[in-house]
Amino acid sequence: MHGEAISELMGFVFPNEQHVTWTVMIVLYPYITGLVAGAFIVSSLYHLFGQESLKPVARFALVSSFAFLLFATMPLLLHLGLPTRAFNIMITPSSSSAMAGFGIVYLTYMAIVVVEVWFSMREEIVGRALATTGVLGFLFKALALFDLRVDERTRALDHRVVRFLAGLGIPVACFLHGYVGFLFGSIKANPWWSTPMMFIIFLLSAIVSGIAVLILLFYVISWVRRVEVDAPCVQTMANFLWGFMIIDVALELMQILSIAYQQMAEWEALQILIEDKLFWSHVVIQLLIGSLVPFLLLGLNSLVKLRQRTRNVLIFSSSVLLLIQVLAMRWNVVIGGQLMSKSFRGYTSYMPGLWDHEGLIVAVVVFTVPFLLLRFFDFMVPLFPSDSAIGKGRPS
Amino acid sequence: MSDDGRDPRPEGLGRRDFIKLGFVGAFAILVPFAVRAAERAPYRREDYTWGFIVDLQKCMGCGACVRACKAENTVPDGFNRTWVERYTVRRDGKVEVDSPLGALNGFPEDVPHPPIEVGKSFFVPKLCNQCSTAPCVQVCPVGASYAAPDGVTLVDRKRCIGCGYCVQACPYGVRYIHPQNGYADKCTLCYHRITKGLQTACAQACPVGARSAGNLKDTTSRIRQLLNSSRYGVLKPALGTNPKCYYIGLDKEVV
Repeated sequence: MHGEAISELMGFVFPNEQHVTWTVMIVLYPYITGLVAGAFIVSSLYHLFGQESLKPVARFALVSSFAFLLFATMPLLLHLGLPTRAFNIMITPSSSSAMAGFGIVYLTYMAIVVVEVWFSMREEIVGRALATTGVLGFLFKALALFDLRVDERTRALDHRVVRFLAGLGIPVACFLHGYVGFLFGSIKANPWWSTPMMFIIFLLSAIVSGIAVLILLFYVISWVRRVEVDAPCVQTMANFLWGFMIIDVALELMQILSIAYQQMAEWEALQILIEDKLFWSHVVIQLLIGSLVPFLLLGLNSLVKLRQRTRNVLIFSSSVLLLIQVLAMRWNVVIGGQLMSKSFRGYTSYMPGLWDHEGLIVAVVVFTVPFLLLRFFDFMVPLFPSDSAIGKGRPS
Repeated sequence: MSDDGRDPRPEGLGRRDFIKLGFVGAFAILVPFAVRAAERAPYRREDYTWGFIVDLQKCMGCGACVRACKAENTVPDGFNRTWVERYTVRRDGKVEVDSPLGALNGFPEDVPHPPIEVGKSFFVPKLCNQCSTAPCVQVCPVGASYAAPDGVTLVDRKRCIGCGYCVQACPYGVRYIHPQNGYADKCTLCYHRITKGLQTACAQACPVGARSAGNLKDTTSRIRQLLNSSRYGVLKPALGTNPKCYYIGLDKEVV
């Protein structure tokens, strides 16, 4: 149900706005979609833009993107008032709706990612198919589409297809996440959302969160496998992370600056929203802890000569903080936008319940499943190249 | 006829007259029914563009409209298809707005200020603004929110998926997701009544005639006459939604 609890009100709120319609599930949806787009960009940096140091993480990034993509729609489904009609959005889309484009964008991107994952892992799948027998062996053969040839010619073809799809995937990934930003940015009824900058900010924060989650996973997996973390690989990711976060945060600040400076009628109400209702989640978590601190830490990492151990601490903690920053940003947009009444004279409040079907426990479960799925994928077929330290450390 | 030219039939009501009278009587009795039947002639959507008019100088905040709407449309608790706001403008210019339970029980408590501090106070009923360019219709991903050919914005409950995008897109906060049934819901301008020649439930219940629905295509309709003879406004005109809900005597403080 949509925000059951009668909320604490401040000022005058229209009667139907006392219940927040879009819950923490709609916070999670752009968050997971962002990880999809961001992780895909990292894999493309290697496949397309020749960032050789990213080789150890390139395929893992692609498969992560796939795992998140499989669950990106889960929060939406949990949110719908009539979930049995979910497919109507793909079967009978309304051409004037920004949301109706969802089916097309999502399925196109899914097709690209599935095919790219298959081509980038074909050699490993064939390897497993030849090495295993019985039902599992048959499944691997089926997964390889019963074509078990691997030679220089097939490798070259696989490589060419992956490169092509990596190129095609970038605009589609941008579109996927730009579209999520556009969903909010095009709502003229809500001055906290209605800005053409919204889709660019969503896109950049998606890239930031995608790189950050890959760094985090790379560290955790290296530690679990007791191997030295691949220093050039994380350093490259950390440099990109720093660059993208600077642009992202600069745009976020410029958006607020421009609405503040324009001093339109709604600014008075928005100011209270930022300074009071969103003080902790926006000012403290998103801007100070989530943006300023990692900006300084990553800057230190990129500009100063440091020992690798120190670098690891800086990069790891910055990634954690930036993941929190992007989550806070999603919360502040989705929930923040609904806290302010369209009467511009009052504010409601929202806190998800623990056990509601759109509550915190469900949110944590939905967010955890893609990570478990990744572990399962790695169990089936090695996700890291066997000539890298992290790939060699793989438990058999 | 007899020789002396007199009618031989007894005086009084003859058979022929009786039959004549019977016809006339029956006709007289049937006329009102026939007129009603003519009024109920098949509803032609293309002859109508529905609008709504609220005379704010008449509204006294009794909440009868809210109660009538709740009863007529089984509106769930905690949500409103229509509600009434009370604006209190103090002498120092400070504005306060309240609407306890959407004015379901009117305004049982006085404005929380001594009368000497109050500059002016007035009531503003709210309902679906029946926008000509409705953002809710634009954003609906499955076409469940649609504009009927007679200008009324409606929700097809059998198509709605309950995504809530229309709730976000409506600048007037008139929509909600039905807490039990999961679909988007809002004021239908009592479509089931107005298409049968009746007024909306809220207009019917209003003791002072402050609100009514009417046909904007009919130059003799009350709404057209009021629009032609009074100064009126619409809510949030800058958003370009072109509402067909008009307010006579709208104050600048009202959003």
